[in-house]
Amino acid sequence: MSATFDTEDRTATGPRPPEARVRRRIDWGRWYTWAVLAWLFAPILFMIAFSFNDPAGRHNITWQGFTLKWYANAFAYPDLNQAMFNSVTIALLTMVIAGVLGTLLGMALGRYTFRGKQLTNLVMFAAISAPEVVLGAALLSTFLMLNITTGYWTTVIAHVMFCVSFVAITVRARVITLDPSLEEAARDLGAGPWQTFRLVTLPMLFPAVMAGGLLAFALSIDDYIITTFVSGDVNTFPLWIWGATRVGIPPQVNVMGTLLFAVGLTMAVINIIAARRRA
Amino acid sequence: METAAARQPAISLEGVFKSFRSGSETVNAVDGVDLAIEQGEFFSLLGPSGCGKTTTMRMIAGFEEPTRGVVRLNGRDVTGVPANRRDVNMVFQSYALFPHMNVADNVAFGLKRKGVAKGEIGRRVGEMLELVELGHRAKHRPAQLSGGQQQRVALARALVNQPAALLLDEPLGALDLKLRQAMQVELKRIQREVGITFVYVTHDQGEALTMSDRIAVMNHGRVEQLGTPAQVYERPATRFVADFIGTSNLVKGTVLGESGGVWRVEVADGATALLADLPEALAAQGPGAVGSAVYLTVRPEKIGIGAERPGEGVSAVPGTVTETVYLGSATHYQVDIGGGESVTVYLQNSSDSALAAGRGDHVWLSWPAHHSYPLLA
Repeated sequence: MSATFDTEDRTATGPRPPEARVRRRIDWGRWYTWAVLAWLFAPILFMIAFSFNDPAGRHNITWQGFTLKWYANAFAYPDLNQAMFNSVTIALLTMVIAGVLGTLLGMALGRYTFRGKQLTNLVMFAAISAPEVVLGAALLSTFLMLNITTGYWTTVIAHVMFCVSFVAITVRARVITLDPSLEEAARDLGAGPWQTFRLVTLPMLFPAVMAGGLLAFALSIDDYIITTFVSGDVNTFPLWIWGATRVGIPPQVNVMGTLLFAVGLTMAVINIIAARRRA
Repeated sequence: METAAARQPAISLEGVFKSFRSGSETVNAVDGVDLAIEQGEFFSLLGPSGCGKTTTMRMIAGFEEPTRGVVRLNGRDVTGVPANRRDVNMVFQSYALFPHMNVADNVAFGLKRKGVAKGEIGRRVGEMLELVELGHRAKHRPAQLSGGQQQRVALARALVNQPAALLLDEPLGALDLKLRQAMQVELKRIQREVGITFVYVTHDQGEALTMSDRIAVMNHGRVEQLGTPAQVYERPATRFVADFIGTSNLVKGTVLGESGGVWRVEVADGATALLADLPEALAAQGPGAVGSAVYLTVRPEKIGIGAERPGEGVSAVPGTVTETVYLGSATHYQVDIGGGESVTVYLQNSSDSALAAGRGDHVWLSWPAHHSYPLLA
């Protein structure tokens, strides 16, 4: 209090610019923000940095020197390539299937009242909050009981199962904020139900559908726990890395991780730009 | 064919009911409405919220189906026809402009659905945007426009389809007072220019009175009165209408008798008010009506205030001024006439008159017989 008066006095009489006081005070908000950002990005920065590392032994854990050779032969391990290919295709399939199902579910939950609505909400919440180990074990025993051989498609089914809730919740949030008279206006102007959906509803929901889809992709591509239960003898990127930890993770893993991060970042940026342009 | 269609009402509702289920209860939102809205008419549905006016309009648009009854457009039964195949268009309260399309695309939406040729769409959209004075905004997104401009885009988007009727759901509700008044004039001008039937839903009696050719005053799902603005204002048919439209004095009285075609009614403290006629139900009883209770309504601006007892031939009620409110062009008085009843009087402040009366003054209120109307008690 007295400090403030002091400064103001001085400002009034002249010689000192008022910023002097502001500059001396530590802006904790700014430091805190940077600290949080650093904490969030540190692992990613390490991953990227170590994709350029030239390790001495089999373990890529201490910085030795800069090299681009891992990028030059990023695909030196055929089974790692296959695992990566599986992960990406599973994630894409999950994104599309969970995206469609989740959108329909989200619209139903956001728009209509129907019997079993509360139950559906509960099941969705359960699917999100249940421990993955439990879900994985349950899925495995389900597949075994139904005599389904676990492998690529059981992995897709499992991933869709735990991703669909995330899409549905994202879309539902958007549906609730939509003005219902927008769709009525479309009908009023002569659009049938399908045209109304295609020309008005879907474009309005698209940012949420996209965000949900990307979330599903991200959840699917790095899932380890559930995948390990239901993937049978099919290898995915996270499973391969886990397997490799015992013998030392090759820097190619960092390379692929970096590339994957770059792709994800690009998609997120595109989504943000598109959403901003629509708004 | 052409003339036959022209002679048909643009919209008619025949014995229309609409009930909604709310929990275990059934609510009659619209409780037996019959209306015939003429070609080219500016027709208002006026009433408080929950009176069924919006539901009535939504049944015309096709967003709700009547539980019972028939809706006709130009004589054709459209009950059960979905909204996208009805030849009416609506201006929504929230405007409901498509935010992901620019102004021109919004306006073109209906024409595109009808499969109108591209060149004609461009021409008609251009003309319509000129009519609402937004030609220069065709490429803007709705979010870049002001409230009044969005409102006019919504109007253009509906009108460009040349519908059999235009439905407007409280379209001015979101605008501020100045803009609202400007838009009232604007709407009237546009309606005259395009000659399309307008059905206007509002709870604002001032809006309805200024713009409409006819008004249906609704309450509890029923039409309480149907008439021109002057009719519903000057001759309210029910207590509700008298109360809802403008300010009205409602005075309880007892029928004393008839002389020379004028009925005398005793109001509070033995004063006598005159009525040109009685409610039909009472008039039918003839002399038997004497002693019946009636409500008498008189508009505040029809009443005169004087210090002396007025002559014969007018209602004369004594009272005490309890409140005066000076409003510049007019002064409002509250006058206690005894029996717990209070009467509101509006007097113009004409150039030569000082205040007619002050607080606490004993005064005589007077008005001609034909300015007060009876309502059943």
